[in-house]
Amino acid sequence: MTGIARPEASERLPEGERPGSFVRYRELLGNLVRKELKIKYKNSALGFVWSLATPLLYLVVFSVALTSLLGQGMPEYYFFLLSGLLAWNLFSAATSASTSAIVNNSSLVTKIYFRREVLPLSAIGAALVHFLLQLSVLVGAMLILQHYRFWDAGLVLLPLAVIVQVLLLTGMAFVLTTANVYYRDVQHLLEIALLAWFWLTPIVYSTSLVSGRPTFWRFYLLNPMAPIVLGYQRALYSRVVDPETGRALLVDAPVGWYAQRLGYVALLATVILAFGWMLFRKLDGRLADEL
Amino acid sequence: MPSDFAVIGRNVSKRFRLYHERPRSLKERLVNLRGARFEEFWALDDVSFEIERGESYAIVGANGSGKSTLLKCLAGILRPERGEISTHGRMASLLELGAGFHPDLTGRENVFLNASILGLTKKETERVFEEIVDFAELEPFIDMQVKHYSSGMYVRLGFAVAVHVDPEILLVDEVLAVGDERFQRKCLDRIDTFKHDGRTIVLVTHAMDMMRRVATRAMFLDKGKTVIEGPPLDVIKSLRQTLHGESHTESDIGEERGNRRIQIHRVVIADGDGAQRQVFRPGDDLQVIIDLEAQEPVDDVMVGIGISDDRDLILGTNSELQARPLGVMHGKTRIRFTCHNLPMQDRRYLMTVGVTSKDSGTIYHWQERFYSFICERTGLSDGILDIPVTMEVEPL
Repeated sequence: MTGIARPEASERLPEGERPGSFVRYRELLGNLVRKELKIKYKNSALGFVWSLATPLLYLVVFSVALTSLLGQGMPEYYFFLLSGLLAWNLFSAATSASTSAIVNNSSLVTKIYFRREVLPLSAIGAALVHFLLQLSVLVGAMLILQHYRFWDAGLVLLPLAVIVQVLLLTGMAFVLTTANVYYRDVQHLLEIALLAWFWLTPIVYSTSLVSGRPTFWRFYLLNPMAPIVLGYQRALYSRVVDPETGRALLVDAPVGWYAQRLGYVALLATVILAFGWMLFRKLDGRLADEL
Repeated sequence: MPSDFAVIGRNVSKRFRLYHERPRSLKERLVNLRGARFEEFWALDDVSFEIERGESYAIVGANGSGKSTLLKCLAGILRPERGEISTHGRMASLLELGAGFHPDLTGRENVFLNASILGLTKKETERVFEEIVDFAELEPFIDMQVKHYSSGMYVRLGFAVAVHVDPEILLVDEVLAVGDERFQRKCLDRIDTFKHDGRTIVLVTHAMDMMRRVATRAMFLDKGKTVIEGPPLDVIKSLRQTLHGESHTESDIGEERGNRRIQIHRVVIADGDGAQRQVFRPGDDLQVIIDLEAQEPVDDVMVGIGISDDRDLILGTNSELQARPLGVMHGKTRIRFTCHNLPMQDRRYLMTVGVTSKDSGTIYHWQERFYSFICERTGLSDGILDIPVTMEVEPL
């Protein structure tokens, strides 16, 4: 090896992997998120209004048509439903988009070198932007319809639930997007799985339906989305007990219980993220071969 | 201490798997438990090289020789199974122009997106944005969605973005064979500027003219192995022998000499309209476009061309024979010889271009059988010349 200075560790990495280039990748991530959003609304006259219109429509439909059917007399059932749907929409949109992120951008991956992590991450980012818009619509509607109850201690669960959910989404994204490169039907299987998963999560029905059976309830709470959705509901819907009938609407437990449950999910999400990251790093160099 | 090498590759090997029945889905994978059957082949087999800073390095070889795979390994897109590649300096790759352009976005939006994928920050892109648009000559169209662009416009924008990323190492994969002749020249000029700035260029090509023009060193890959590495002319000889099965023993083929007081900057073999062309048919016009550059005024100049086959000179002429004395030459000059109604057929011909003093005593720059073109057969006659023949039959 004479004559060749052995390069420093940082020098041997491709430019994009040096610590100083973090800013570039943050910008790239931002640009990709913007691209996703722009493309989605490029050829529509109303543009961003659409992502606001959907939850509004839900609000109207569910409050008028379904409250009496599904609500079983839950007060302001539509706010209960929308709190859960908000969380679920973020979950399903982000997982579907990030799963196909690498395959859909194969022309980029096989032609240009850049940190491929930005692809699934930008899919999550775009879903988060939609989420924030929908959240503001929901909160706006709650204020207008004078549902002030969410203004209590339970509100701290909202940022907590969002953070835990993003952690979970990121970990799942790395696993799923890598798997989808090798087996293209992962994205289709995911759609089916999401459908089942939706009904295993307390979104349209109250947990009081399932919490009565202790064994079932213990398994039920293993679904990481259950505590997350409960967190959203506790924060936004925030009616724990029906004052008229005394029936539990959410889980009749202090805010600390919800936080603790979210903590368990955070642990699980961290494990998934660590596994997903290792898988992604290990197979990153092979992705272009497989596309 | 910074290394003097821009790119170092040691024993680089890249394996590909050719699958016979590849389970592309989990479902198939489960049904077909045997797993995939595949053959392995090594696209790169123990390739080593060291590219110094400021060098222009060409990688040549036939299709499937592994040259593009090597470039992708350098770019970091593919990861070699064995060996090690280290690069020093910011790298940009022109593997495919406009890769990553999204058809629904405007030219402007795509410039910013593409630049950030290539590693520029928004500020840096803003600084060169005008230049990019200028270079691509797309001023009026920059706010149009690129799906409405012509393929030429698309590629121009792609090239413009890539070269403005300001890389220390530029990886180029044959992309220069795009656009009209004028834009091609612009791209080549840009690459020359890169060279003059002391940046490193790694180029994959099978155009020998291109390699001769740009490269300072070259590697010839065949079936993933290095056949020869060295000065471009040695590599070209080896390449010609392998590709065309030619066994030229004459030492002067493809050789250059002269004191370079006047330099042959570029030679293009073109059709009658000046569009670059390799293959001609009898009756076509052939233009030889020669760009010369004299650093200082030279008053005793003669420029000539020669067309020869494997053995003999077919045609030779120069500015004196054509009675077009050249006077004093300084700076850049373009000279065009047009050969009308080519009579040759069914052969490959080699072109010699030379710049000398009028008495041929001093050679400024001589490129012996440096360029080539092919004359096809018409089918009306056999032999090396297609002289128009008419035939009449009358009863006696």
